[in-house]
Amino acid sequence: MTAATELVLEHWVEVCEYHDLLPERGAAALVDGVQVAVFRLANGSLRALDNLDPCSGAYVLSRGIVGTSGTANSVNTVASPMHKQRFDLDTGQCLDDDSISVPTYPVRLVGESVQLDVS
Amino acid sequence: MAPLRTSSSRRLVVVGYGMVAHRLVDALGERSDWAVTVLGEENRPAYDRVNLSGYFASGDPDSLTLPIGATGSAELLLGEVAVSVDRQAQLVVTGSGRNVPYDVLVLATGSRPFVPPIDGRDAAGAFVYRTIDDLDAIRAYAADRRVGAVVGGGLLGLEAANALRSLGLETHVVEMAGWLMPQQVDEAGGQMLRRHVESLGVRLRLSSQTASVLVDDDVRVRGLAFADGTELAADLVVFSAGVRPRDELARECGLTVGERGGVVVDDQCLTSDPNVFAVGECAQLAGRVYGLVAPGYAMAETVAAQLVGREATFPGADTSTKLKLLGVDVASFGDAFGAVEGALELVYSDPVSGRYGKLVVTDDAKRLLGGILVGDASAYPTLRALAGSDQALPAEPALLILPSGNGEAGSVELSAAAQVCSCHNVTKGDICAAIHEQAIVDVGGIKACTKAGTGCGSCVPLLKKLLGAELSKAGVEMSTALCEHFAYSRAELFALVRVRQITTFSALIAEYGNGRGCDICKPAVASILASLGNGHIHSGEQAALQDTNDHFLANLQRNGTYSVVPRLPGGEVTPDKLLAIAQVAKDFNLYTKITGGQRIDLFGARVEQLPAIWRRLVDAGMESGHAYGKALRTVKSCVGQTWCRFGVQDSTSLAVMLELRYRGLRSPHKLKAGVSGCARECAEARGKDFGIIATETGWNLYLGGNGGFTPRHAELFATDLDTDTLVTFIDRFLMFYIRTADRLQRTAPWLESLEGGMGYLREVIVDDRLGICAELDAAMQRHVGSYRDEWRSVLEDPEKLRRFTSFVNAPGTPDPSITFVTERDQIRPPQPGEAPLIGGPRLKVVS
Repeated sequence: MTAATELVLEHWVEVCEYHDLLPERGAAALVDGVQVAVFRLANGSLRALDNLDPCSGAYVLSRGIVGTSGTANSVNTVASPMHKQRFDLDTGQCLDDDSISVPTYPVRLVGESVQLDVS
Repeated sequence: MAPLRTSSSRRLVVVGYGMVAHRLVDALGERSDWAVTVLGEENRPAYDRVNLSGYFASGDPDSLTLPIGATGSAELLLGEVAVSVDRQAQLVVTGSGRNVPYDVLVLATGSRPFVPPIDGRDAAGAFVYRTIDDLDAIRAYAADRRVGAVVGGGLLGLEAANALRSLGLETHVVEMAGWLMPQQVDEAGGQMLRRHVESLGVRLRLSSQTASVLVDDDVRVRGLAFADGTELAADLVVFSAGVRPRDELARECGLTVGERGGVVVDDQCLTSDPNVFAVGECAQLAGRVYGLVAPGYAMAETVAAQLVGREATFPGADTSTKLKLLGVDVASFGDAFGAVEGALELVYSDPVSGRYGKLVVTDDAKRLLGGILVGDASAYPTLRALAGSDQALPAEPALLILPSGNGEAGSVELSAAAQVCSCHNVTKGDICAAIHEQAIVDVGGIKACTKAGTGCGSCVPLLKKLLGAELSKAGVEMSTALCEHFAYSRAELFALVRVRQITTFSALIAEYGNGRGCDICKPAVASILASLGNGHIHSGEQAALQDTNDHFLANLQRNGTYSVVPRLPGGEVTPDKLLAIAQVAKDFNLYTKITGGQRIDLFGARVEQLPAIWRRLVDAGMESGHAYGKALRTVKSCVGQTWCRFGVQDSTSLAVMLELRYRGLRSPHKLKAGVSGCARECAEARGKDFGIIATETGWNLYLGGNGGFTPRHAELFATDLDTDTLVTFIDRFLMFYIRTADRLQRTAPWLESLEGGMGYLREVIVDDRLGICAELDAAMQRHVGSYRDEWRSVLEDPEKLRRFTSFVNAPGTPDPSITFVTERDQIRPPQPGEAPLIGGPRLKVVS
């Protein structure tokens, strides 16, 4: 991708099959040199965040505990396994520190295929 | 006022080193300009004489030692008696011939037990009850004897009776008055106390005057003869018939001494010599000698304040007492006998439950003057604070002592001036101010900031109530809810899971919680499910609940790698196992370190390497050390009798047995243990959650110790146990802890939070007060019977092995972010900004 590119290019890459993911847990995937944490939620839907925990500098977010928070438990969360800061799985926003967020990535399920787009 | 100067390095000499002298030196503080010298007659540092009988329960004189505090900077001359004072030269002459000069002298010589001048009182087998040496002598003499008699049925007499009883003697108490504790309680209260004491098997002989001690031909005690001509056969006798001030030193150097004894002092505690103070039981103030520690402490504080240049006078004595004598609560406070003119008495008496309560109130029933409680003294802290204060009583004062009225007593709003802690003279106002200013959220914080509750501890329940009230006023709930998903505490959830036989997190949260949980409740529930024996921690949906450590059965380190700790029970390891560990460490290039728990920790393993590492370790006969879990870590041991020339028991074998018994047991927090083969304590067992120290005849069990942020020594729970009893007690302790502790609450704070503390724990574990011992035993049996090595199970299960991949789409590719540098010939993660010199271990994953 170059600065001149004006088209939004979709670039979906299969990372695993759906059953490779445990319910309410994450897994790390390596796509084009980017480490992505892919999560399977209780309702079966998928989320993807950058695997780098910005608080500790270690690539570990995929190993955090998945849960919910907030009014009516409407926010899906993952807590860093390092020092327990929680991140919103939909937006990447850190719930314990407004100034911190992590990138999110599009993720989809095509049949049994779990696909990411990190382009 | 004494001609005191606060210029530097004035010499203060304190004669006597009991509790009051200790308080004086501690209160004076390290920052004062005084060069302090203390002459202590006994050969040991100051100890808690109030709890002397606890020494027989613990067998450990050190357990009574008072905290060093600010006394650390004083010169302590122990085993040194003051024989005379030269007031002209301002010198104290000691038994060893030393001349100790002073600018100011404080007499804190205490008192001596009064022994009535009767025949036979010097016979072998006649004792007094005052010092640790006295107790040692009693214990030695009691060894093969059957019957003991205590002369005196007051507070000290009942303490002594408790001591004799704990030595296994048939115990008799002889009292001149018609009821027990006549100084503190009235006749009706005394009769209620009698029922309690007799039900414990202690025989009472009231209204009896001892005429002589009967002796045999070897001048050994064989019994007591009474004024009415009757006799009592006894092998030993303890005199506990009051105390007399030790004022000889003062008398001989010409200080004014009271007619009935006691160095006469004014309300500044100053004697007839302006350079000499007297404090505690040797002092006579306004015609009275106080035999309680609280007035002594108040005198100590009064003198300490003057020594640092402040004006201070004795604030008046609070002679309130609350005691647990022979397991019976007894409290007496304020004007307990209704001495004030027109005073009215409200009495509650229930012989069935053994409770007696009396309130003495003013003639208009508006204010509390004093009272007596027997059998249940839970209302004492509030009532004592109310007594003598100007606060109006509720409309129905009787509610304060009725059984259902405990809560009522607690709900009385005390005024800010009410003294909550009488040991340290701390008012409710002081405590509330500290709570707000220091943002205190627990009782420990109150203790640290105000010292309240650190004396006799009787006000701790009131501190809890005050804290709760203050926090809720400030809008802070003292919530016990585990997290936003469960309104229950861990202990409540444990009970729900156990009673409802719930086996999954989903079922629990659907019925008792909301949402899908979080990093707090999920591991807590996972631990509860594991404690109740629900199979491997990765079975079914439990896998998703585990923290990363339990998820990968290894300890997460700062750079995203893990460390590996194989179990080495008791710290014992064969050369072959050492070789296997060394070879694994070498092949996988792992940083290797010996841990504090006597095992070996291997650092720097990536998730995908863990199964290969463990396959090698399991093949070499090792198993998970659970270093990653809230579970039993290690049972540290010394080599004990087997090798050590001082050891008296085989500590290593016991440690190995215990570690194998409790391995894999999930608990609210990590558990550590230690076994020492003799009193030298090389295994540091008292720094552990449960520690065992060998004795000549068995094992002493200590509970509730830990290192860490708030180090704490474990306290003695039981002595000279045989191995089976020891194991039974530990089984029950662990299971009771697992059931009732908060999340991440170690055994020390758990014990502290138990109402009734160690005594209550003994009742639960030893006496089966709650009737749950059989259940606790069965639970531990189930744990022991179902134990499986977690790592072996993982290696045998391809499904469980699937999680150990670096990347779900590239299982063999190591995490490229993990790099190392070398230091002292081993790897470590680079510091921020430090260039990695070598790549991480790049061994192929062996599947």
